[in-house]
Amino acid sequence: MAVQTVASSTNSVNLGPAAALSCRECGHRVPLGPVFACEECFGPLEIAYDFSGYDTEELRKRIEAGPANIWRYAPLLPVPADVAGKPNLNPGWTKLVKADNLARELGVTGGLYVKDDSGNPTHSFKDRVVAQALEAARVFGFTTLSCSSTGNLAGAVGAAAARAGFRSCVFIPHDLEQGKIVMAAVYGGDLVGIEGNYDDVNRFCSELIGDPVGEGWGFVNVNLRPYYAEGSKTLAYEIAEQLGWRLPDQIVVPIASGSQLTKIDKGLQELIKLGLVEDKPYKIFGAQAEGCSPVSTAFKAGHDVVRPQKPDTIAKSLAIGNPADGPYVLDIARRTGGAVEDVTDEQIVDAIKLLARTEGIFAETAGGVTVGVTRKLIDNGVLDPAKTTVVLNTGDGLKTLDAVAGTGLTATIRPNLDSFREAGLV
Amino acid sequence: MSVTVRIPTILRTYTGGQAEVSAEGATLAEVIADLEKNHTGIAARVLDDQGQLRRFVNVYVNDDDVRFEQGLETATPDGAGVSIIPAVAGG
Repeated sequence: MAVQTVASSTNSVNLGPAAALSCRECGHRVPLGPVFACEECFGPLEIAYDFSGYDTEELRKRIEAGPANIWRYAPLLPVPADVAGKPNLNPGWTKLVKADNLARELGVTGGLYVKDDSGNPTHSFKDRVVAQALEAARVFGFTTLSCSSTGNLAGAVGAAAARAGFRSCVFIPHDLEQGKIVMAAVYGGDLVGIEGNYDDVNRFCSELIGDPVGEGWGFVNVNLRPYYAEGSKTLAYEIAEQLGWRLPDQIVVPIASGSQLTKIDKGLQELIKLGLVEDKPYKIFGAQAEGCSPVSTAFKAGHDVVRPQKPDTIAKSLAIGNPADGPYVLDIARRTGGAVEDVTDEQIVDAIKLLARTEGIFAETAGGVTVGVTRKLIDNGVLDPAKTTVVLNTGDGLKTLDAVAGTGLTATIRPNLDSFREAGLV
Repeated sequence: MSVTVRIPTILRTYTGGQAEVSAEGATLAEVIADLEKNHTGIAARVLDDQGQLRRFVNVYVNDDDVRFEQGLETATPDGAGVSIIPAVAGG
């Protein structure tokens, strides 16, 4: 089956099937380039593809014969066909863990899976998106990679730049978790702390791009954002392929800016249109921390506009108070019959421990948010325990050790058996 | 009240390429109206058909996001800096 998603483009930039940039708000179309906002309405630009000429079975075979990383999906991404041969971190193809112990604990009978993206090279899903931005940066001739970050992205950009031979200079809120600061700084690029929260950092970077100082800089999540964001589609592709080319019934996704959730939906829709999976309903659920829950608040209130909040939560990787893709998340949750829910910091910590105790997976706070929200949605009767459910863990718990700082020794004993017996552990 | 307005790249076609322009007004609404007078067409890019800020436009008066203040009625004191910035996703 051949699918024509968009009309072919007239520009000559070689980014595989990427044909043009299209405004998600008004549909205005511009040639591929390092731009991110529509000149007509300020709406976000995203990649429009030309998938014409793809035969479903040939495409499936090509993917299955591809490398064990995201480049197996190169025919569906805005990257050159020879991307796998270029120096990059080759992220993806992370484990889809069948979480039977957690399922028993939560009462899930339809099959529960954890997509564990802590297995990426810098231990978060950000390697997927940065890999796309890096290829765009090469094509557009940038030599410095940059970003505004809540921490995980800073490390992913630093590592990708080091591997590819780019300079990196990244910007973070000055008060991030120490682990994330170290994991970003170790790659040798410049790491700048901004006195403010993530939204302040984002604003600064947006202004830097418009200034001559920022010329020649590829900001992966600003002027390269249309390319960068597409990396999250690979989560959808992998989940479906790892389930045997089958869509899950329910997916629980963390929300920071909302970009990941919207691209997972886009990826699932593409798989359906390309005939790689059977067309069947699925529900997407968004997960936030109560201390930064602008999208969840809007969902529950029935609003289609997201009112910004000042973040105050331990889930710093999700602490975006003014989420740019929030309205689209609301659309998708409502269209698919899903929901958006939030959990308290205490529930996040409990969920981190629950996942670790039942499955041996140590999640960062964002993983605590998704597992905590999954539990809450089941308890509230919103998520159906009899359906196949996938919960995302987008980062490694080693990045947010402070969140579980109270966890420690069961006992301290003298080095002899009597002391061990006295401790009551036998 | 005279303020300095930072113009994002995608709106500089209306300001002859200038990254910063001066404008008059005691509130953000008045500043945008004054911008429109001198740079015709710019208001329709920032405001929607109902005259509200487009949802993918962020505006700051000094360091404050006007959505946390009084929106278009946010005061713009003499000498203030106003920044118009396209919303971007992050992470």
